[in-house]
Amino acid sequence: MKSSNSSDPDHFHRVVDCQWGCPAHTDVPRYIRQIAQGDFTEAYLENRKSNVFPGVLGRVCDRPCEPACRRGRLDEAPVAICRLKRVAADLSDDIRDRLPPKGKSNGKRIACVGAGCASLTVANDLLPLGYDITIFEQHDKPGGLMRTNIPSFRLPAEVLDDEIDLIVERGVDLRLNTRIDSMKQLLDEGFDSIFVGTGAPRGKDLDLPGRNDSDRIHIGIDWLESVAFEHRDSIGENVLIIGVGNTAMDCCRSALRLGGKNVSVVARKPRGWFKASAWELEDAEEEDVNILVNHSPKSFVVEDGVLKGMTFDKMHYEIDDNGELSSAEVVEEIFLPCDDVILAIGQDNAFPWIERDVGLSFNKWDAPDVDDVTHGVELPGVFFGGDSAFGPKNIIWAVEHGHRAAISIHKYCNGEDISDRPARGMNLLSTKMGIHEWSYSNDFEDSERRQMRHVELTERFKNIRIEVELGFDPEQTALEVERCLNCDVQTVFSEKLCIECDACMDVCPVYCLTITEDGDEDDLRQRLRAPADNKDQVLYVSDALPQTGKVMVKDENLCIHCGLCAERCPTGAWDMRKSQLKIPYANKTVEEKNINVS
Amino acid sequence: MSFIAKPKITHPGLPRNSIGLTLRDYEGSMSTLCAGCGHDSVSSAIMQAYFELSIEPHRVAKVSGIGCSSKTPTYFLGGAHGFNSVHGRMPSIATGANAANRELQYIGVSGDGDSLSIGLGQFSHAIRRNVNMMYVLENNGVYGLTKGQFSASADKGSKAKKGEANSYSPIDPVLLAMSLGCTFVGRSFSGDKDNLVPLLKSAISHSGFALIDVISPCVTFNDHEGSTKSYAHTREHMLETVYADYVGEHEEIIAQVKPGEYRQVMMHDGSRVGLRHIDENYDPTDRIAAISYIEKHRAEGAVVTGLLYVEEGSEEMHTTLGSAPGAMSEIPYEKLNPGAEALKRIQGRWR
Ligand SMILES: Cc1cc2nc3c(=O)[nH]c(=O)nc-3n(C[C@H](O)[C@H](O)[C@H](O)COP(=O)(O)OP(=O)(O)OC[C@H]3O[C@@H](n4cnc5c(N)ncnc54)[C@H](O)[C@@H]3O)c2cc1C
Ligand SMILES: Cc1ncc(C[n+]2csc(CCOP(=O)(O)OP(=O)(O)O)c2C)c(N)n1
Ligand code: SF4
Ligand code: SF4
Ligand code: SF4
Ligand SMILES: [Mg+2]
Repeated sequence: MKSSNSSDPDHFHRVVDCQWGCPAHTDVPRYIRQIAQGDFTEAYLENRKSNVFPGVLGRVCDRPCEPACRRGRLDEAPVAICRLKRVAADLSDDIRDRLPPKGKSNGKRIACVGAGCASLTVANDLLPLGYDITIFEQHDKPGGLMRTNIPSFRLPAEVLDDEIDLIVERGVDLRLNTRIDSMKQLLDEGFDSIFVGTGAPRGKDLDLPGRNDSDRIHIGIDWLESVAFEHRDSIGENVLIIGVGNTAMDCCRSALRLGGKNVSVVARKPRGWFKASAWELEDAEEEDVNILVNHSPKSFVVEDGVLKGMTFDKMHYEIDDNGELSSAEVVEEIFLPCDDVILAIGQDNAFPWIERDVGLSFNKWDAPDVDDVTHGVELPGVFFGGDSAFGPKNIIWAVEHGHRAAISIHKYCNGEDISDRPARGMNLLSTKMGIHEWSYSNDFEDSERRQMRHVELTERFKNIRIEVELGFDPEQTALEVERCLNCDVQTVFSEKLCIECDACMDVCPVYCLTITEDGDEDDLRQRLRAPADNKDQVLYVSDALPQTGKVMVKDENLCIHCGLCAERCPTGAWDMRKSQLKIPYANKTVEEKNINVS
Repeated sequence: MSFIAKPKITHPGLPRNSIGLTLRDYEGSMSTLCAGCGHDSVSSAIMQAYFELSIEPHRVAKVSGIGCSSKTPTYFLGGAHGFNSVHGRMPSIATGANAANRELQYIGVSGDGDSLSIGLGQFSHAIRRNVNMMYVLENNGVYGLTKGQFSASADKGSKAKKGEANSYSPIDPVLLAMSLGCTFVGRSFSGDKDNLVPLLKSAISHSGFALIDVISPCVTFNDHEGSTKSYAHTREHMLETVYADYVGEHEEIIAQVKPGEYRQVMMHDGSRVGLRHIDENYDPTDRIAAISYIEKHRAEGAVVTGLLYVEEGSEEMHTTLGSAPGAMSEIPYEKLNPGAEALKRIQGRWR
């Protein structure tokens, strides 16, 4: 096959599974090494550069990096990447003087609608460039769903306040209690560019008999919001939560803290079809929430204006050979008594404040079509990001949208073509320190993933603000950092030097390497030393080797970056080089200057 | 030599052999040889061969002499028995061990220094006795362990690292062994596992003394321009004659060859070795013709590789001696040592 083009930044980036899996491409292995060395502040800044809210995300990130982590494919659990992020945030010094101040005004005014993480990221990126940024927020506090929906037992308000302050206090004009009710009016105010970060604010309703006969049937996200703003501090003893996503998890655990005794989450489908993240489900179950499967909601039972419970069809599903639900059958009708019902079955976008004749066409979800690279819409200079762009996702995606939109806004304001995107770059730096010494810890740590410590069950329900997770202690941290495989320390091959002694392929503990006759990719994958059936992972293929004309093939899938191939190579044909992705941001001053390995 | 031990973690999908082991179960400790040494590659081929044959490591006995090559048994089959003898004396140890316990698989690992200088006599007599063992001679043309002096296998005119040329003609272990009546003779190259692994498997299943001369470059002292045992020189001058295709007892033969170019040799354990004639003029069962073929090509500077000679139905040491079946360790003590009375009776026969 064609030899690999390792000068394409994506080539080595893909090897860093966690970073590739992170929407904002956080340099995970780098910050883990910084933590290992006790450089918590550097680790925090490394995170902040790409994900802006390390303290928040170290607690509640959806962590797509973890299922991507190579360690999970080696028959064990991924590195506790998110937990380590929190360590950096908890132990970092004050970094205020490390952030670029607001730049000298460039005379351009930007409006951001909504003070969620997407808008705040736009502000963070554009401030140092001298833009005057105004954020309009309908509530009396900034933060969006991070504040109104993520309960404080998962995310303490102080952590959120701190990280929002780091942005706002540098000179954002934050207008609280200011709802934007007309896009037309906003356009008329003469802003140079407008960013819409209003989220996906409408909780889905369940239109069943009895729905409107009681005020004890709540929409999940609205109910969480009223809890967050302390408009509500109690609930009945028997609570049914409908739906089994992450919102449901927050609802049931909040209900337990407001007086719920018998709280059940009711799912329509079997376990394998739950939308909630495994760890959120685990935490809820630890708190004794009942999970009921195969219950399809049928009606609300309200007698004399009092909610008595709900009826459900108990379902039986057949699962076919592909593991999919093939048929559904009603087995019986079931009545579950309750005092309150919380509906947690999803969210929709809603733009009541955008006039339909403003020059934007709306798609079948009643949302404008947004370009997924530039985040622009039909109206020039207007950009959408976060949940408002493509429906509900998560914080880290909203942040990445913010970065991308900031680049577009900067280009737009400078009269540049917004579709001409700045390219990513890649630095490679050898980690060789001596014959068998590397500037990273290459020895494999075979311990299991450390488990989070939690506040005792007897303590945690006393107050909804008690943070349940205690974070990692120093011992846990010291061990967990060593579990990281340093996937960014790349095996880089120079075919000209290879004498085909086979030493590298013989020493490799996971049989990544093969010297063989060239062939096309499918054929090559069949001829490697160990099964190479994970096609998501690339093959690193060399040019013809000098002595036999064969090729060196590396299956990147399970390399543990131990460096043994490079240690056993007599000619230095393999080298362990630290790759560092250079991510373009609107504000170039944030760009990495120091490429030393740490 | 690395500071870290090779991690135990491995590819979860690694193939298992018929006794449920993976290749990693055939490893020994981490090699301390120079990075890129041919000997390490031979060790890997040996692991591969035992793995593919599904031989339990503890049914193998590894013996060796002194030299970098002789150190290598430590680096494979950690679960096997082992004896690292003095310089050139491995064949006696192997003969003795084999006499006492014929149930184990014997592998001797030696070097060109160990076998062709100090140990030449021992080497010759083990061949002559047809001791049932595989003898792997890792041939690099130098005394690697003592920093690169020419060995007895170095070619005349081959240059040392600092430039001086060797002035003696070499001893070719292959020709020597054939002239001594060795019943299985092969030659291969550490950098050609496609050839080496099936050859090793065939040698392991041979009943009698099986010599494999493996050109195994010394990266540190003999891999330069002017050396005739370097990686590059060997690759250029290798001439493959007969490819030995080991076929297990119940396996199908899949090699696609023309009838005249293929024949099979039955091994005593029921397995077969398929011989694919790359040079159709070569017959690995005709000793005289084989010797002259190898001599002729040697004079032209070619390194003839493959299964060079095999004697079907070879009679190994125990058959010749008519010794008792089974391992001595399994024979009850009273039988093994019948006592003073019995000794008297035996001695009485010669009075
Ligand atoms: C219950 C729940 C739990 C969640 N848990 C997690 C989690 O653990 N981890 C995770 O990563 N994600 C989680 N999410 C998703 C995550 O919160 C969102 O994806 C993210 O907050 C989206 O950010 P955003 O900036 O796009 O919008 P939002 O956070 O929704 O912010 C939008 C802001 O705009 C304001 N606004 C809206 N319209 C107007 C207007 N017309 N004028 C002025 N202001 C307006 C709103 O008041 C709000 O402050 C959760 C979501 C829910 C509902
Ligand atoms: C009795 C005795 N004489 C000499 C030596 C010194 N000596 C150690 S290894 C060696 C030669 C090894 O050469 P070879 O067998 O080719 O092994 P290599 O290191 O090349 O693999 C010699 C002469 C010794 N150890 N013992
Ligand atoms: S092992 Fe470390 S670098 Fe590799 S994917 Fe996991 S967290 Fe990332
Ligand atoms: S660093 Fe080299 S030896 Fe180690 S796992 Fe990766 S390819 Fe194999
Ligand atoms: S160890 Fe080095 S020289 Fe030997 S095969 Fe591997 S890359 Fe080539
Ligand atoms: Mg030698």
